[in-house]
Amino acid sequence: MTQEHPSIAIAAQARGHHAPPMSREKVFEIEDLSVHYGDKPAVKNIGMDILHKNITALIGPSGCGKSTLIRCLNRMNDLIPSARVDGRLLYHGEDLYGPNVDPIQVRKLIGMVFQKPNPFPKSIYDNIAFGPRIVGMAGDMDEIVEGALRRAAIWDEVKDRLNDNAFGMSGGQQQRLCIARCIAVEPDVILMDEPCSALDPISTGKIEDLMTELKEDYSIVIVTHNMQQAARVSDMTAFLIVELTADERERWGEIVEYDETEKIFTNPSDQRTEDYVTGKVG
Amino acid sequence: MEAYRPPTERTRFAVAGARANVAAVLGSQPRGDVIRNNVFAGLLGLAVLIALAGLAALLAQAVVEGAPALGTNLITEPPSTIDTANAGFRPALIGSLMMIAFVIVLIVPLGVGAAIYLEEYADNTRWWNRLIELNIQNLAAVPSIIYGILGLGFIVRGPLDLGFILLAGAITLALLVLPVVIIASREAIRAVPPSIREGSLALGATRWQTTRRQVLPAAIPGVATGVILAVSRAIGETAPLLLVGATVFVTFDPTPLGANGYSALPVQIFQYATRPQEEFQTMAAAGIVLMLVVLLAMNSGAIWLRNRYEQKW
Ligand SMILES: Nc1ncnc2c1ncn2[C@@H]1O[C@H](COP(=O)(O)OP(=O)(O)OP(=O)(O)O)[C@@H](O)[C@H]1O
Ligand SMILES: [Mg+2]
Repeated sequence: MTQEHPSIAIAAQARGHHAPPMSREKVFEIEDLSVHYGDKPAVKNIGMDILHKNITALIGPSGCGKSTLIRCLNRMNDLIPSARVDGRLLYHGEDLYGPNVDPIQVRKLIGMVFQKPNPFPKSIYDNIAFGPRIVGMAGDMDEIVEGALRRAAIWDEVKDRLNDNAFGMSGGQQQRLCIARCIAVEPDVILMDEPCSALDPISTGKIEDLMTELKEDYSIVIVTHNMQQAARVSDMTAFLIVELTADERERWGEIVEYDETEKIFTNPSDQRTEDYVTGKVG
Repeated sequence: MEAYRPPTERTRFAVAGARANVAAVLGSQPRGDVIRNNVFAGLLGLAVLIALAGLAALLAQAVVEGAPALGTNLITEPPSTIDTANAGFRPALIGSLMMIAFVIVLIVPLGVGAAIYLEEYADNTRWWNRLIELNIQNLAAVPSIIYGILGLGFIVRGPLDLGFILLAGAITLALLVLPVVIIASREAIRAVPPSIREGSLALGATRWQTTRRQVLPAAIPGVATGVILAVSRAIGETAPLLLVGATVFVTFDPTPLGANGYSALPVQIFQYATRPQEEFQTMAAAGIVLMLVVLLAMNSGAIWLRNRYEQKW
């Protein structure tokens, strides 16, 4: 069924997975979603179902609204006064933008890792403990911290210097610390906006391994500019593109194709997807 | 691996040409640039020199002139017009230190609170917030005597009606330096990168939790420096204090609410300096040295704080 295109840059055996998505349970159902900044559209006509305990990748050229879209999923866009979100976004069947939904509670369940590692200017221990403390998590804080650092595969590197300032870590370590910080509050979903773009290949590899491990328990959505990365780690991939009005006054992002990663990278149904993933454009 | 091939004549020419070109570009700074560069550096150096010379002259003059009166009696003895050999600044020093304490207690919560509001909560597209901002900047430039009049009209008399007490002087000074504290605290808060706030909010922290636990701790060094600099300014102010009661020649230790009058270092120096006799001039100079010591101590504290806690982003 998977017919190999000779032009595809990534060989199938180089990819980390071949199995179809592990779960069919939907964590997000997005219907006709659009986001405007002021009166300018950023993304339009977004419709996709994001599956639980899967890794979903968002790819596409710069400015197509990947960050805008991923920030809708935990209501980070609420922090930008000019941003306006329309359409339907269900989280486990609940309207995420419903009138009774508190964005603070949303973010406790749906964590986020940013492009640039942003540890707090505190000790490694306090970086992790901050979240559980504000959420009011029960249990022994030392155990919570150790657990989160272990899950983020960074415990062995930091266990002897938990009280050192997190700014003394390398960029890759800082990013894994941020992932640890995120999973310390036991979220349901982890959003990652280009988490590896500031990292070297070895740190990137560590984070990719980590993601594959974490998807046993969490749903992960990742934005990436790295095609190989999307192909290696994700189960589902959405390809977005910038659309223009005829007079080029307005530009916005739209989904061209959303499918199993295998299909997107080996047998895409849209010519534009194929051009993009094979590196012909973009 | 490919075998080594000696460079052809053409390659050698090309390389030599490129080298010559680079050398020409790197080696030739235009003469005009050289002169302008040096003249500018010289002018800057001169500016620094003049500023330093002024300070050095002031210090030297105060030390030389006040030398006969320098001693522990400066801080242990009250002022006197009879026994000038043993006179000191004790009540004025205590008055100044007490006022500093009150000023700090007043300006830290007010200044930091206002700065947090303006930086973290206020929507600066609203005209009233922009008006507040503009006003604070202007207030920092209002002459201190105006604050004296304000203190007299609203704190000593008027709505607060506290009378000529030390606390009234402290409140007046606090109002005077409040804009400085607000501006410095805002700078410190603004220097905390937005990514820190995002990281905290993305964990489900409220805005207040983010401000309280992330932004403020990271801004403390800047805030503390601003507070100390503001207090350094307050400690040297004379004019507003003269209007709110610190005019008397005080020979006993002041209390915050005592109605018998209070003094402060600059006021006491002013008292001595207005008398023509030689020995009072000496006392005034010694008072200046004392005040400079207090100021230097506070500024060293500010620098130490900044270096100790400064956050590199
Ligand atoms: N805060 C904002 N205010 C106004 N416009 C914005 C804002 N953030 C993004 N935009 C606009 O929305 C569009 C989509 O931006 P977005 O950052 O989501 O793109 P992206 O796909 O993440 O790009 P990149 O790959 O470069 O990160 C762009 O045209 C951008 O200029
Ligand atoms: Mg982006």
